[in-house]
Amino acid sequence: MIPVTYYIALSAILFTIGALGVLVRRNPLVIFMSIELMLNAANLAFVAFSRTFGVLSGQIFVFFVMTVAAAEVAVGLALIVAIFRTKHTINVDEMNTLKG
Amino acid sequence: MSLELLLFLILAVVAVATALGMLFSRHAVYAALFLVLNFATVAVFYLLLNAPFIAMVQVTVYAGAIMVLFLFVIMLLGTEVLPPSSVLPWQRPLAMILALILLAESAYLLFFRQRLEAAVPLAIDPSSGPKAIGQALFNAYLLPFEITSILLLVAMVGAIVLTRKER
Repeated sequence: MIPVTYYIALSAILFTIGALGVLVRRNPLVIFMSIELMLNAANLAFVAFSRTFGVLSGQIFVFFVMTVAAAEVAVGLALIVAIFRTKHTINVDEMNTLKG
Repeated sequence: MSLELLLFLILAVVAVATALGMLFSRHAVYAALFLVLNFATVAVFYLLLNAPFIAMVQVTVYAGAIMVLFLFVIMLLGTEVLPPSSVLPWQRPLAMILALILLAESAYLLFFRQRLEAAVPLAIDPSSGPKAIGQALFNAYLLPFEITSILLLVAMVGAIVLTRKER
């Protein structure tokens, strides 16, 4: 028997690593990966609570979170490709103007 | 220590180690591969939590489709390693401090506020299989399900429009 606290603690640790990745890394692709890590940590907490309380809605919500993550990745990577075409770099420190 | 707890601890170490590896690897391709391993570990957690449908979707959608998209874009742009920049030199220590504060806050909430004594039940529950999820999706959650299909369509059109060459 694993206490649900263990799962939530692991989820919190993974979420913190993802948040640190967003703050520290300069490569927008790695920043996107960190966002995926944070979504994943939230999913783990959803499934753990769903199992603990014996309801299915947690798993259904994870399904929707995954759909939104897939849509977000498609649009985000398209944005990164478009930025690379105009500025020839994707370093986030270089993206300091609103005009392309 | 039971076998299940031992399995959980080993997997947790692997998950945290791969997440840290993604965070600190300088090469973006290595970061993506570390993240694939992390997603696979989380899929095993879903199996431990008796959610086989979510585990399989995690492997196919996250570790499969999304990470292949990431690797494709990394190699398309040829920006595996970025040169170090020193625009904001105080930003990295500040980020470390903020992350420590976040971790301390979540640890405080987890261990000192409301204790969750409930344990994850071990027995396999047939009411959380793919059949039950399908029935819930197409009955109680039909409208959100249809909205996600519209969302995916909009994302697809948006990605095509954004990357289209202008003439």
